[in-house]
Amino acid sequence: MPTLNLAGAGRFLVLVVVFLAGIWSQSSGLIDDFIFYLPDIQFLAVQHLWLTAMSGGLAILVAIPLGILLSRPSMARVAESMMQVLNVGTTIPTLAVLALSMSFLGIGTVPAVFGLFVATLLPIARNTYTGLKGVDPALMEAAAGIGMSPTQRLLRVELPNALYVIFAGIRTALAINIGTVPLAFLIGAGGLGELIFTGIDLYEPVMMLSGAIPTALLAVAVDILIAIIAFLLVPRGVNPSRA
Amino acid sequence: MIRLDNLTKVFDTPKGAVTAADHISMEVPSGEICILLGPSGCGKTTTLKMTNRIVRPTSGKVFINGEDTSSLDTQDLRRNIGYVIQQIGLFPNMTIEENITVVPKLLGWDKAKYRERAREMLDMIALEPDAFLKRYPSELSGGQQQRIGVARALAADPPVMLMDEPFGAIDPINRAVIQDEFLKMQQELNKTIMFVSHDIDEAIKMGDRIAIFRDGKLVQYSEPDELLAAPKNDFIESFLGEDRALKRLNLVKVRDLASEEIGLVRPDDTLATALQRIESYGYLNSIVMVNDKRQPVGIINASVARTTQGHCRDHYQSVPVVISLDDDLRKVASLMFANDMTWVPCVDDDGRIVGQITQRAITHHLGSRYRAHSKGDSSAKAAEASPSPASKE
Ligand SMILES: Nc1ncnc2c1ncn2[C@@H]1O[C@H](COP(=O)(O)OP(=O)(O)OP(=O)(O)O)[C@@H](O)[C@H]1O
Ligand SMILES: [Mg+2]
Repeated sequence: MPTLNLAGAGRFLVLVVVFLAGIWSQSSGLIDDFIFYLPDIQFLAVQHLWLTAMSGGLAILVAIPLGILLSRPSMARVAESMMQVLNVGTTIPTLAVLALSMSFLGIGTVPAVFGLFVATLLPIARNTYTGLKGVDPALMEAAAGIGMSPTQRLLRVELPNALYVIFAGIRTALAINIGTVPLAFLIGAGGLGELIFTGIDLYEPVMMLSGAIPTALLAVAVDILIAIIAFLLVPRGVNPSRA
Repeated sequence: MIRLDNLTKVFDTPKGAVTAADHISMEVPSGEICILLGPSGCGKTTTLKMTNRIVRPTSGKVFINGEDTSSLDTQDLRRNIGYVIQQIGLFPNMTIEENITVVPKLLGWDKAKYRERAREMLDMIALEPDAFLKRYPSELSGGQQQRIGVARALAADPPVMLMDEPFGAIDPINRAVIQDEFLKMQQELNKTIMFVSHDIDEAIKMGDRIAIFRDGKLVQYSEPDELLAAPKNDFIESFLGEDRALKRLNLVKVRDLASEEIGLVRPDDTLATALQRIESYGYLNSIVMVNDKRQPVGIINASVARTTQGHCRDHYQSVPVVISLDDDLRKVASLMFANDMTWVPCVDDDGRIVGQITQRAITHHLGSRYRAHSKGDSSAKAAEASPSPASKE
């Protein structure tokens, strides 16, 4: 799969860059500076992941049922316009979403989680919808023709066949999510953004990097994790990475 | 038994109403295969899909075994009708075993029973269970997939089957094999089958009855031989093709036209006797020599008999062309043309000569319009099936 190779190459590149940076930083004594920030990194990374887990988990829980609902034949009339609305929603910059969220919910964790949730919701809902709509109509007819009820059709035919596309949506969404969490610091929710933005403000590159590099690593790690889950959960017959 | 009563479907499309099926009434007796045949867009699929309510009829009714299907629960109805769709439609997320056992599972069979059933079905469609059960549809050839599609429809042993061009994706050679397998299965299983096809030869081979559609209307519904012998109008005649007389050859077995009268000689007859028999039976150039068990051992040529003295046993030539009673006339005709013969001896299962079939008998059969008639000379298939009233058409 070309996409998979690309992702693999990307990961490899990240590793190389990290490695080279390591050599350079060791020689220039930067490692010691980083070690100085280690306790902060640990604390903030956990906070960072926690924000991702809450907003991402919430988004998955809402977006998949939403996508399923919109893909039902009875929703056909409104579904397309709803998807248009969601697509427009995707184009709004996340920073703007966070700002809006703050103006309604104040500062702190709640508005941050809400803003991240909105930003993450769209790709998952969209992929769930298109994945389900993309299931071959012949399969649906076969399923109906042998006497499956609508629920059985959804669970045994539609979802398994759309699962790969749905997981692709989750991967995209969580990558966006982790990359966006640093902005949440700006509305007072913590996370690795604290090191990044404070580092920028204080013109302290080491501090900034101690936020940026772990953020990048987290994004890669989560991406790999989701890929593994998809690999295990998507049935072999419809899983391009297991073909 | 399936009975369609004035079944009509009108589709509302942006370009106006399309009448896909127009007051279709027909009856498929239990245990028979009915072929729905006709040009593209004539309403075959629509008619089929109304039978299991994938398409809701605009008006009209479907009765299965006398029961009005609109009073039944749709899911129950469908679980008792095997359905093979035109596009195969195997579930790619399921293994072959899971695909085949879908309906038995829906019907709540226990695990041991449906797993056993999956093996049985693969045996039946001549695919090795151990090699195929755990594979996914994407790992099968188109023809294999199509067979699995048929197996899936048969798995719960439904009394009624609807099949939409089930062998369409298979190359001609394998298609013939699968058709034969299927007919053999049908002899044991005795399903009531509606079968869509656009291939006349397939229809003639598989069908106990053939329904020809045009523009949503049922034009003729007959047994194959009657259809070929007496097409109702010009449309059907042109649809059946110029060679429809030859197509009838497929339908008739040697058994039906063979005559028991045949001239034979034995090894210790003289050549003079042979010549006399050749002339009295009106054979042009040869006569068959048989042994004590009436098995053919050679032929005596008229020219040899005329010019030579002696016994047949010293002057015969290679074993003659023979034909089995269960072969069809198409094979006979082909042998006659290839060997320049006007008659062919017929043998039974033990290879004993039981009679002959002549070119005259064949042309006479083809030339005769279908008479309202003794059942005996119609298709062997129709004769095997339980006696049924001739079509009402
Ligand atoms: N869902 C639909 N909506 C509108 N028109 C339809 C629909 N399904 C079928 N039709 C129309 O009904 C007519 C009959 O279609 P049908 O599918 O029954 O043809 P068919 O005999 O099976 O043809 P083919 O041999 O090409 O499969 C066609 O004119 C087709 O365009
Ligand atoms: Mg069709």
